[in-house]
Amino acid sequence: MSKKKNSIWSFFASVKLALLVLFLLAISSVIGTVIPQNSPAETYVKMYGENMARLFQTLDIPDMYNSWWFVTLLILLALNLIVCTIERLPSVWRLVVLDNLQTDIGRLGKMRSRKEITTSKSPEEAASQVKAGLSEAGWKASEASRDDGTLLFAQKGPWTRLGVYVVHTSILVIFAGAMVGSYFGYKGSVMIPETRSTDEIYKFGSNEAIKLGFEVLCKKFTLSHYPNGAPKEFRSDLVILENGKEVLSKSIVVNDPLNYKGLTFYQSSYQSYQKFLTSIANNETRNQDRFLIEPGKQVKWDGEKVTFGIINRDMTDTPGKFRYKIWFANESGVAEPFWIVDGDTTIVKHGGKEYTFALKEFFATGLQVTKDPGVWGVYIGCGLMLLGLYVAFFLSHRRIWVYIKKADENTTVLVSGNSNKNKQAFEKSFDAVSQAISNKLG
Amino acid sequence: MTSSTLFGITTIGYLLASALYIGTLIFKTKKSGLVASIITVLTFLVQTAAIGLRWYESYQMGMGHAPLSNMYESLVFFSWSIVIFYLILEVKFNNRIFGAFAIPFAFVSMAYASFAKGISDQISPLIPALQSNWLIAHVMTCFIGYAAFAVACGLGCMYLMKSTSSDDSGTGLLASLPALRVIDDLIHKCMIFGFLWLSAGIITGAIWANSAWGTYWSWDPKETWSLITWFIYAATLHARFTRGWQGKRIAWLAVIGFVSVIFTYFGVNFLLSGLHSYGSS
Ligand code: HEM
Repeated sequence: MSKKKNSIWSFFASVKLALLVLFLLAISSVIGTVIPQNSPAETYVKMYGENMARLFQTLDIPDMYNSWWFVTLLILLALNLIVCTIERLPSVWRLVVLDNLQTDIGRLGKMRSRKEITTSKSPEEAASQVKAGLSEAGWKASEASRDDGTLLFAQKGPWTRLGVYVVHTSILVIFAGAMVGSYFGYKGSVMIPETRSTDEIYKFGSNEAIKLGFEVLCKKFTLSHYPNGAPKEFRSDLVILENGKEVLSKSIVVNDPLNYKGLTFYQSSYQSYQKFLTSIANNETRNQDRFLIEPGKQVKWDGEKVTFGIINRDMTDTPGKFRYKIWFANESGVAEPFWIVDGDTTIVKHGGKEYTFALKEFFATGLQVTKDPGVWGVYIGCGLMLLGLYVAFFLSHRRIWVYIKKADENTTVLVSGNSNKNKQAFEKSFDAVSQAISNKLG
Repeated sequence: MTSSTLFGITTIGYLLASALYIGTLIFKTKKSGLVASIITVLTFLVQTAAIGLRWYESYQMGMGHAPLSNMYESLVFFSWSIVIFYLILEVKFNNRIFGAFAIPFAFVSMAYASFAKGISDQISPLIPALQSNWLIAHVMTCFIGYAAFAVACGLGCMYLMKSTSSDDSGTGLLASLPALRVIDDLIHKCMIFGFLWLSAGIITGAIWANSAWGTYWSWDPKETWSLITWFIYAATLHARFTRGWQGKRIAWLAVIGFVSVIFTYFGVNFLLSGLHSYGSS
């Protein structure tokens, strides 16, 4: 291969470059953790002075992880990985598929793990017993005639040599996933008041409206608290509508988003309006209606000649939860207030009539919306990385050869083996195997 | 008995064990080594019970969650991981000597959790973003990795002490340490183990961030520092595996890598700001 001699090629194939790039990535990454990222330009002037701020702008420090030079480092890492893999994988692959029955017999006597046994049995008998011994110890042997003798070979985990390459490939897969995400994805947000729906969201940064092609309805938002008053849960009951028809509904909380058509809706914030959603029904006539009311303002339900309003607020025993005093009158003329806890439903008896009354504070849920078609690439890459690391670190390619040959009256049996990693552990299993073999022959 | 009392006992237990391990190293008395091991195991059991009890207490207080949610709890878990990791090594390699270089880390971690200003041992409720099984997986994997790196750092110090001393008489303080080759090999083993878990820690963290915020990577200082740490260890592994670095250089890198771990863990909380501010309470 002529490209092997190409100096640019060998530059990109070298582990020296890998060490340099890893070192530079580590050092330069520190910058962005010390200097605030993506702050307004004035901030840098205030913190570091005019000149430094200008230098920072030139070097893209305020957004360094997207700067040309940082991205160049990442591209270098990727190129390095690709070239290094192309360079080395073929020879590793040859080792994986190598026919070890062709191994030079002379090498067997020089391996670090070896044992020689002499037996009075015939070579044929010895060979079959060695095979039995190997299979008892968990090694499956193949066989060939070599130089007037018999060579047996057994191996475990030849494919584990590929572990390192799985790790390296996984990094490229993660990069690819991240790139797909940044080119074809976006992030945005939207506030949806309870009982309302939306068919567009607003992109981060530009605030550009993006049509969803379907509608998202927020049926209900609930906020709950711990006994000490700290917020415990933000929950939105969302419904997806296609052409006005419900196709999916899910109650989302932080850490449990809703996925639909490649978009993910995350619970991210909420807004309170000092308004209340009330629903009221006449239990006889079955008439019912809903109202969005403000404290201190009177509301008329014309169909039933009912007027009501919130006139007071009070804490309950549950921290963060309030109860409300409702002024309520119908055609009977007497106004009679009652208390209702936020989120509850109650029966109101008034002037011989019975109503069902419900009240809940009115919120808008704040959703973050993400489209990231590359995230599966990233996740698959992560999975491959862990798998590859496990294989590369803890598994090894172990090989055992047994050469059986007639020597004068006797038969000599030479057991030898090696492992590409974890040599001490191999030593132990080699001893066990050679012991099993000599027991068979003994 | 509350978990706080048990954690107090744990701190004292590890202090005692550290003293005994160091004493064993200096005075080469076999018996004190055995006592150190026994105390370590007993303290470890007390600590395990205390973690379980704290978990139970959180449920009784109406905000049940695994005790891995703030600085105090993560320090306790860090110390716990160091000890279990060390004990496995002690049994596997049948050598007590490096207890003197490992158990003190566990003690310092407990002591720091208990006495440092600004670290509260209160059980506090989890804010919504932290209510995730991925968070538990994230904290556990990270700290198992950190524990391995702590032990690698201890072994690195041991290597450097032994290799720089000119005492060849075979009778001095350092003569009882294992051969340099053995320490070197152990450092490497700890580092690859730690690297696997750190990788898993970064990955589970990314998955958690993605499920909570819709972004698996946002270059916040803590994330970035964990990546810096990862780069350092990745470079170390390559230097050793492909360029044959060994001995002192790797021992130094084990120390430098752990300094980066410590910075990821504390420095970011106290010196820089970011998403992971939960750690500072
Ligand atoms: C952050 C990026 C990288 C990671 C996480 C990584 C990971 C690994 C791991 C875990 C090993 C096995 C080491 C061992 O068994 O002790 C390895 C080996 C190796 N890596 Fe990387 N690597 C990275 C980047 C690179 C790059 C950019 C190159 C380019 C030259 C490279 C070249 C190699 C080589 C040549 C080996 C030895 C393979 C062998 O002969 O078996 N690595 N890498």
